[in-house]
Amino acid sequence: MGAKINFTEEKINELKAEMVKNMQEPGPLMPTLHAAQRIFGCIPLPIQKIISNELDVSIARINGVVTFYGHFSIEPKGDTIISVCLGTACYIKGAQGLLDAFSHDLNISVGETSKDGKYTLEATRCIGACGLAPVFTVNEDVYANGSVQLVKKVMQKLKQEK
Amino acid sequence: MLDRMHILICGGAECKESNSVELRDLFKSEIERLNLGDDIQTALTGCFGLCALGPHVLIYPEETLYSGVKLEDVREIVEQHIAKGKPVDRLLFKGEFDRKKFRNRSELTFFAKQTRIALRNCGVINPLDVNEYIARHGYEALGKVLTTMTPEETVQVMLDSGLRGRGGGGFPTGRKWQFCANSVSDKKYVICNADEGDPGAFMDRAVLEGDPHSVLEAMTINGYAIGADTGYIYIRAEYPLAVQRLELAIGEARELGMLGKNIFDSGFDFNIELRLGAGAFVCGEETALIASIEGERGMPRNKPPYPAVKGLFGKPTNVNNVETYANIPVVYLKGADWFKSIGTEKSSGTKVFALGGKIANTGLLEVPMGTTLREVIYEIGGGIPNKREFKAAQTGGPSGGCITAESLDTPIDFDNLIALGSMMGSGGMIVMDEDNCMVDVARFYLEFTVEESCGKCTPCREGTKRMLDILNRICEGEGTMEDLDVLESLGKMIKDSSLCGLGQTAPNPVLSTLKHFRKEYEAHVIDKVCPAGVCSNLTKYVVLDNCIGCTKCARNCPVGAIEGKVKEKHFIDLDLCIRCGACKTACPVNAISTKPESWGAM
Repeated sequence: MGAKINFTEEKINELKAEMVKNMQEPGPLMPTLHAAQRIFGCIPLPIQKIISNELDVSIARINGVVTFYGHFSIEPKGDTIISVCLGTACYIKGAQGLLDAFSHDLNISVGETSKDGKYTLEATRCIGACGLAPVFTVNEDVYANGSVQLVKKVMQKLKQEK
Repeated sequence: MLDRMHILICGGAECKESNSVELRDLFKSEIERLNLGDDIQTALTGCFGLCALGPHVLIYPEETLYSGVKLEDVREIVEQHIAKGKPVDRLLFKGEFDRKKFRNRSELTFFAKQTRIALRNCGVINPLDVNEYIARHGYEALGKVLTTMTPEETVQVMLDSGLRGRGGGGFPTGRKWQFCANSVSDKKYVICNADEGDPGAFMDRAVLEGDPHSVLEAMTINGYAIGADTGYIYIRAEYPLAVQRLELAIGEARELGMLGKNIFDSGFDFNIELRLGAGAFVCGEETALIASIEGERGMPRNKPPYPAVKGLFGKPTNVNNVETYANIPVVYLKGADWFKSIGTEKSSGTKVFALGGKIANTGLLEVPMGTTLREVIYEIGGGIPNKREFKAAQTGGPSGGCITAESLDTPIDFDNLIALGSMMGSGGMIVMDEDNCMVDVARFYLEFTVEESCGKCTPCREGTKRMLDILNRICEGEGTMEDLDVLESLGKMIKDSSLCGLGQTAPNPVLSTLKHFRKEYEAHVIDKVCPAGVCSNLTKYVVLDNCIGCTKCARNCPVGAIEGKVKEKHFIDLDLCIRCGACKTACPVNAISTKPESWGAM
């Protein structure tokens, strides 16, 4: 596994502060998991244990919830996350071809992280930008009206930056 | 002081991704630079609805609509239009279908054919300023309800209006409210379902981003009607802009006393909180959504008891979707009779559709129930681009089905769509042309449901997986005629025996394409050919003799599968080819074909 998780004391305290806040309301688990995902980039077992102790919820239940939702991940992701939208509008306009092109270029399958920890390739659910279909995102940047040519260009640019 | 001019820049998520924030800032600084006065307002609004051609800029009072505005165009617009009153012709929105230039927003067929109730404020007001909402009769309905009506009367108006839930099934909203109002409890909840999961539908996002207060107002009315003092909005984490605007709107409403204690001095208290979804489609089902807010896996449970009796934290709960709520303030302002006068007898009001796929005007539109598919696709939608043939429209997303050319003139409402073997769903409408393979589309939807099935009940968990196995086999060219019959019987079984709406509707895309496009399935099974050229095992990309040897295809191939010298006919190495279609798109002379009749020419 290439990417590393950063468990600093500071980040753990940030999560604990979130939990104190969330426990004042009913149903604190989901907001806490969102916070953990945001702070650490993933929710591996050590973090689940901390949450279990603080919220007094069994770790089995927490693990069940974490693995149920697509938004939460157990393993860390790469520095650059490439997500190809596979909503219907994008799919109809050839998003699968974009995904295949990325997969071919990076030599990883969908959902995988490259060995050097640099790239994660994801197929994402509709991001609601159907008018720009097909769409893909590279971290925060959105690329509209995607084509295999654009994929090639973006990959070239990314590799030059590294 | 009144403003002399308003420059509205579409700040919907799609336009925002094309620089609308920078556009707004540039407009501001240009107006300052030229000293044009401080009576010109610039604002980012919600989605205009014409998403494919953004970013858009709308200038009042003339209602001039500019589209595809780039940063470098701003100076010209300010110097010509704002300073001298001369519109910049080259940037005016162009009608996609007759190439005629339009000046005025209301002159466009796209807008003229629409009746906007749920989207009434989207693209018209600045969603970050509650005063603009109030200026458009915002919170008037809440004031009227709280100060002049009893909760029973409030429910009665909803019953009389005939408003049906816009999120999927179309259950009458008034009946839902009535059930919940009749439940006796010390605590009740209101939930706004903003977990818009149908891939291809984005109207809820547009409402939340463009007019967040209308949802807050309606939820408060809902709370008063059923006797709840707490509301939750369960919203997709994938909509960060909508979350941000809702948070702002809730803060504003609290400050003005539209949320909180003793609203309008009526003694009624109501508060709203946000809860983020976490990427599970099944949470659009109300009992699964409730489980998710409670901090459980989002699995549906058996009904009854209905949420109206036993919902969130075991208390009576009313769940409605965003678009339903967006209609509600208007129902109370203009009355149930007015609302009932729009639409058809059994489906009153309007419906917002998210038009996508192979259509000229991709975007959001709102039409009265009973409008025909032909009007939506050809008049408002501007037809199919690139002179292609209409093949089918898919409504209802993974729960719906396909509507074919024969049914283009059927008036769209809840019941007619079900009769056609599809459903309204949340209003996603994906248009497909001859280049789309219907088997592949069915497989696409089923892949979605297999992944999103929560796993609780066997028919949905195992049944959809087996159906997908069969479809994968057919798409790879290994299907048999028997497979088609199994698909049909398995599909019917899953529909009859699944626990929740997800499973009960999951086979619809397959059953409906099997019914309308059986020939296409048979081509995959018998002839081992994908007529649309999509399924990679059943298609070949071939260079035809009219190749001019321009090398464009070879340069665009991501895998280097095309060889050929300049000015000579090129060849595709089918062993390397990944069937992505890049060469076909790049070819200037249409010399690359996937049609089976050209395969012999290899």
